[in-house]
Amino acid sequence: MSGNVLILGATSAIARGTAAAFAARGDNLFLASRDMDELQRIAADLRVRYGVKVFCALFDAAATDSHPGFFQNVVREMQELSGVVLAFGLLGDQQAARDFSVAEKIISSNFTGAVSILSLCANHFEPLKRGFIIGLSSVAGDRGRQSNYVYGAAKGGLSLFLQGLRNRLYPSGVRVITIKPGFVDTAMTFGLPGLFLVASPKTIGQQIVRTLNKSADVVYLPGFWRYIMLIIKHVPEFIFKRMKM
Amino acid sequence: MPTLTKPISGWGRYPLQTCELERPERYADLRPTTTTLIARGQGRSYGDASLNENGRVILTERLDRMLELDAKQGILKAEAGVTLADILPVIVKQGWFLPVTPGTKFVSLGGCVAADVHGKNHHHEGAFAEHVLSLVLILADGSHINCSATEHADIFWATVGGMGLTGIIAEVTIKLLPIMTAQMMVQHHAAKNLKQLFQMLQDPALDDQYSVAWIDCLASGNELGRGIAMFAHHAGTSDVHNSTPLTSKHKRSRSLPFNLPAWLLNPLSISLFNKIYYWKEARKKRPFLSDYDSYFYPLDALANWNRMYGKRGFVQYQCVLPEATALEGLTALLKELSASRRSSFLAVLKRFGAQGKGLLSFPMPGYTLALDLPIRNKGLFSLLDKLDNIVLQHGGRVYLAKDARVSDESFKNMYPRYEEWLKIKNKIDPAHRFSSSLSRRLNITGSVK
Repeated sequence: MSGNVLILGATSAIARGTAAAFAARGDNLFLASRDMDELQRIAADLRVRYGVKVFCALFDAAATDSHPGFFQNVVREMQELSGVVLAFGLLGDQQAARDFSVAEKIISSNFTGAVSILSLCANHFEPLKRGFIIGLSSVAGDRGRQSNYVYGAAKGGLSLFLQGLRNRLYPSGVRVITIKPGFVDTAMTFGLPGLFLVASPKTIGQQIVRTLNKSADVVYLPGFWRYIMLIIKHVPEFIFKRMKM
Repeated sequence: MPTLTKPISGWGRYPLQTCELERPERYADLRPTTTTLIARGQGRSYGDASLNENGRVILTERLDRMLELDAKQGILKAEAGVTLADILPVIVKQGWFLPVTPGTKFVSLGGCVAADVHGKNHHHEGAFAEHVLSLVLILADGSHINCSATEHADIFWATVGGMGLTGIIAEVTIKLLPIMTAQMMVQHHAAKNLKQLFQMLQDPALDDQYSVAWIDCLASGNELGRGIAMFAHHAGTSDVHNSTPLTSKHKRSRSLPFNLPAWLLNPLSISLFNKIYYWKEARKKRPFLSDYDSYFYPLDALANWNRMYGKRGFVQYQCVLPEATALEGLTALLKELSASRRSSFLAVLKRFGAQGKGLLSFPMPGYTLALDLPIRNKGLFSLLDKLDNIVLQHGGRVYLAKDARVSDESFKNMYPRYEEWLKIKNKIDPAHRFSSSLSRRLNITGSVK
């Protein structure tokens, strides 16, 4: 079984791990991000390692006007698109995000941009009655914390959007999977204090692709994060608001 | 770019030094900092070559993309952070092999260039640099240059074997070796002593594409230097009864999850191991097939095998002695070692061919001996100084990629082309931005700024 998969935000470490896992099972890829030089390096690597076809194009999540044209081009190049992975995200600087102009950027890339491109994907797959949408949200979206609540709010919004999309597309047989990664060893977390049990982006990528063979709708990666977040979500607010997290 | 400050070490786990790590994920982020820096691939050099105490260490592990494989010509271009372990499965299935490979595949391509590594075929193929068609080097001022034997040749020959001190090796293009199968045809010969072992390695009738000898360091007297000479070549299609000769079984690597107590490797246990190993390997009188992993990378089967030497780590002592003095010099080294009652679990002898053009490259025509010596106490270091003197007396040198302790004076006597190298270094990096714990120990560069 070889398909054609679009990866949005393909230059992040998790996206690279995911692309490699798709390529390893023979899927052709369309990689998109804001950095063409990086895309071409990653594409070349996937071709050499796995012998699959890899296309790439520029994509800016925040530039929603460009999304329809971009998606048309993807469908034209890939002919039969089997699925989409939304892997872009902008953590931003939480201190700076107290300023609305910075917060707006975080929201427009993590949430507004995601809604824009995923709507196009959903409208494409729905009548075809096939396909999958994998959205990379975050554990930060499960509960607002002072250390990253703007990012968390945007990702939390994305989680809800994916949940609604899953409900809408269920009758059409389109899979919508929400991935919530915990600590992954990427540029986003490198050097941050207080990290524990950090997972490699390669392993996370393989696990993301493996969710397609399972029935789960919301997947925490690594899996134990489900229990960590279960606890965090159930701390009563009158205690939680006093905590430093 | 975010940094992480923590103590790190090379493969020998000595010395352990606090460095400021930076790990770029985008090629454009691979650039020199304003502080002193050294690039580090997989940290498989043994001593302090990839350390920069209190300074910046740039980890290249995420810049590991293979950019182009010309399967007709056998040419691979890749980012320097890629490991040989990643390259091998890709090229072997297309009928190619690494032209030169060290004894572990868990090294980066950039590291192979920086240490100008050698393999078991140095007497035929030379060192790694012989097969490097070109490389991209990022200089102290941030500019990228292509260099090769014909373009910026002076910088090229200062960079291969230059221990990362000329710049960041960013991309490497190498010429591969054609193979017909993924198997090796191996032939063992037992030698009763060092002299016989030498004769075997020199004998054109026994010689093959690859040769290496294992030495039982604990044998003494008439048996001093007894060992097994192992010859091999890439097997042809007629040797292998397999419809897909270029496939090889994927082996699961085991790992040593914790440090073994240092006393576990003692003269008694090593002597027992050596006797069993000698007896077992010497019995293999006929040629046999082996997959390339087992032949080239036997130690890779146990990830973290460096933990075998306990918490204090170990030193690998590797030296080369010129052809004319090698037998005498190696006899003196082995005698000194056995007199010290220290034993090496691993002792490997290889033959080197013609010297390459790398100004700080290790190989010279002659014989190279590698010993793994656990650090139990400071006494080891005075023994190693004695070994240095023997090496110097016989016109040899030690391998910087393995070294953690040679003195700057000995280094300068061992590497006569050092002055020439330093001129190029001063020309392209006058402020000595590229600096490592090794380069400061050898007084090649100044102190950390």
